[in-house]
Amino acid sequence: MNLDELTLTGLFEELPFWVDIPPFAQMTVIGLVGAAAVVLLIVAPIGLMGTYAERRVSAFMQDRCGPNYVGIPFLPRKIYTNYKWTRLFGLGQSLADGIKLLSKEDFVPPKGEPFLFIAAPVVAFAGAIGLFAALPLSDGLIAADVNVGVFYLLAVGAIEIIGVLMAGWASNNKWSLIGAMREVAQVVSYEIPMAMAALCPVLIAGSLQMTDIVAVQRTGATFWGISIPDSIAGWGAGWMIFQAFPFNIIALVIFYICVLANLKRAPFDLPESESELVSGFLTEYSGMRWGLFVLGEYGAMFALSGISATLFLGGWSGPVYSLLTAIGLPSIVAGVAEFSYKAVGLFIFMMIIRWTLPRLRLDQVMVMCYKYLVPFAMACLLFCAAAALVAR
Amino acid sequence: MEGLGIQLAFYSFAAVTIGSALLATMAKKIVNSAFALMATFFGVAGIYGVLGSDFMAVTQIVVYVGGILILLCFGMLLTDRVPDEFRVRSPRRYVGASIAATLTFVGLAWAISGTAWARLPHITDGSAEALPTTALIGNALLTDYLLPFEFASIVLLVVLVGAARVARGGTR
Repeated sequence: MNLDELTLTGLFEELPFWVDIPPFAQMTVIGLVGAAAVVLLIVAPIGLMGTYAERRVSAFMQDRCGPNYVGIPFLPRKIYTNYKWTRLFGLGQSLADGIKLLSKEDFVPPKGEPFLFIAAPVVAFAGAIGLFAALPLSDGLIAADVNVGVFYLLAVGAIEIIGVLMAGWASNNKWSLIGAMREVAQVVSYEIPMAMAALCPVLIAGSLQMTDIVAVQRTGATFWGISIPDSIAGWGAGWMIFQAFPFNIIALVIFYICVLANLKRAPFDLPESESELVSGFLTEYSGMRWGLFVLGEYGAMFALSGISATLFLGGWSGPVYSLLTAIGLPSIVAGVAEFSYKAVGLFIFMMIIRWTLPRLRLDQVMVMCYKYLVPFAMACLLFCAAAALVAR
Repeated sequence: MEGLGIQLAFYSFAAVTIGSALLATMAKKIVNSAFALMATFFGVAGIYGVLGSDFMAVTQIVVYVGGILILLCFGMLLTDRVPDEFRVRSPRRYVGASIAATLTFVGLAWAISGTAWARLPHITDGSAEALPTTALIGNALLTDYLLPFEFASIVLLVVLVGAARVARGGTR
């Protein structure tokens, strides 16, 4: 089988009885298997590695060790002490946490709204994994290359807010409700500069489709009307941040700040600020329901890092991709390698920011959005439009 | 795409839409109706998707789920005392409500039956692929329908200024 032409539909067509199944059932099966694959192969490992990385990063930044003891699970203590490599730098900690979450009491507040309480984490998680549908992970490795890709990605973010609102209301707890309201106020406000910043690369590419946006950073890239030769554009010179220089760099910074606010990560963690609101909308949640929220958050962190990388930093095209394809690796593998170092870098940078900056006040959050980000995003949009006009 | 698959997809989205809309109107708690509306909006977006109108489907989610529904929930959560049950108290209101509902239904049915729906090739015979609509909509909005488009933005601006004035309260 040729790795370059590997698709999920192609895998199913190898099955002997596949043609006998009605097409609607085929679509349903492909959709379900695809979603399960995203959850199992991408979101779950990211959640496990993400929580581990968060604790290690915070520990290093605060001059602590962090989790470094639990390695290969279920080993007797004697082996851990005698053979230190079995600890694997504490990588097993996330698995142990998962077992703890699964075995916790399944608590539903009796005076709240049980149905909404149970549905809320599912809705929030669905919003997070929906982000992976239109994210090109590599050359041709994209679940749904829809014509309205960027627009779709901005729309899916709204679903998570509904989940949080549900959680805040169903918990029947003032902390939860205040946390949910703060979340909505913050996310709805930051969607405005986020959409404007995302429009800058869309203007340059002239398309909302994610694959088109990657393609314009490889071939046919322009620098204020001067075309960048494809031979160096493929090595990173064609990245969106170098087109319409320097306005797309500003747009990237604005987009990244808005992503932090949308993810409720510090310094924008008011909705779940521990010192004021216990845990905000997560106060009444425990066990795996809480785990679903956190898994969704880490999945969305990675997806939005990947979207930032795709819109502004070339997605799966760049120096590593060109190097790996030059030495003969299949382009799908080279693309994944190129995409991952950028996405993981932005992912880790979110953690570094979280453990560096203190939390903003609510009024500062709003001033930041409406007085600084929105005008700057508007200016970037205007100048990018000018650059797109010059390039025509 | 095959005819049967399209039909099954259409009917399942229609069932989701109608079922959740019924739930939204009949739910005793206003919170439940608000969240049932979410499923209605998604069902409608799905129908747009089935009909090959990708831009409309996403716009439906952005505007209704991301905007209207959140506004609705926000208004509800900010209200001091959300009444748990709604009941029509006087029979006079039944009469008024049924007259309004009948008129709306007749008007909608008249408009729906008078419209030539199946005009695009991918709907009438299913042979052609649905074309992307984003560029077409963008061009139409900025050429033939520029005045209504600009007018809508002026209305939104007035609303924004008015909201800011109301929110500032008695400062001046």
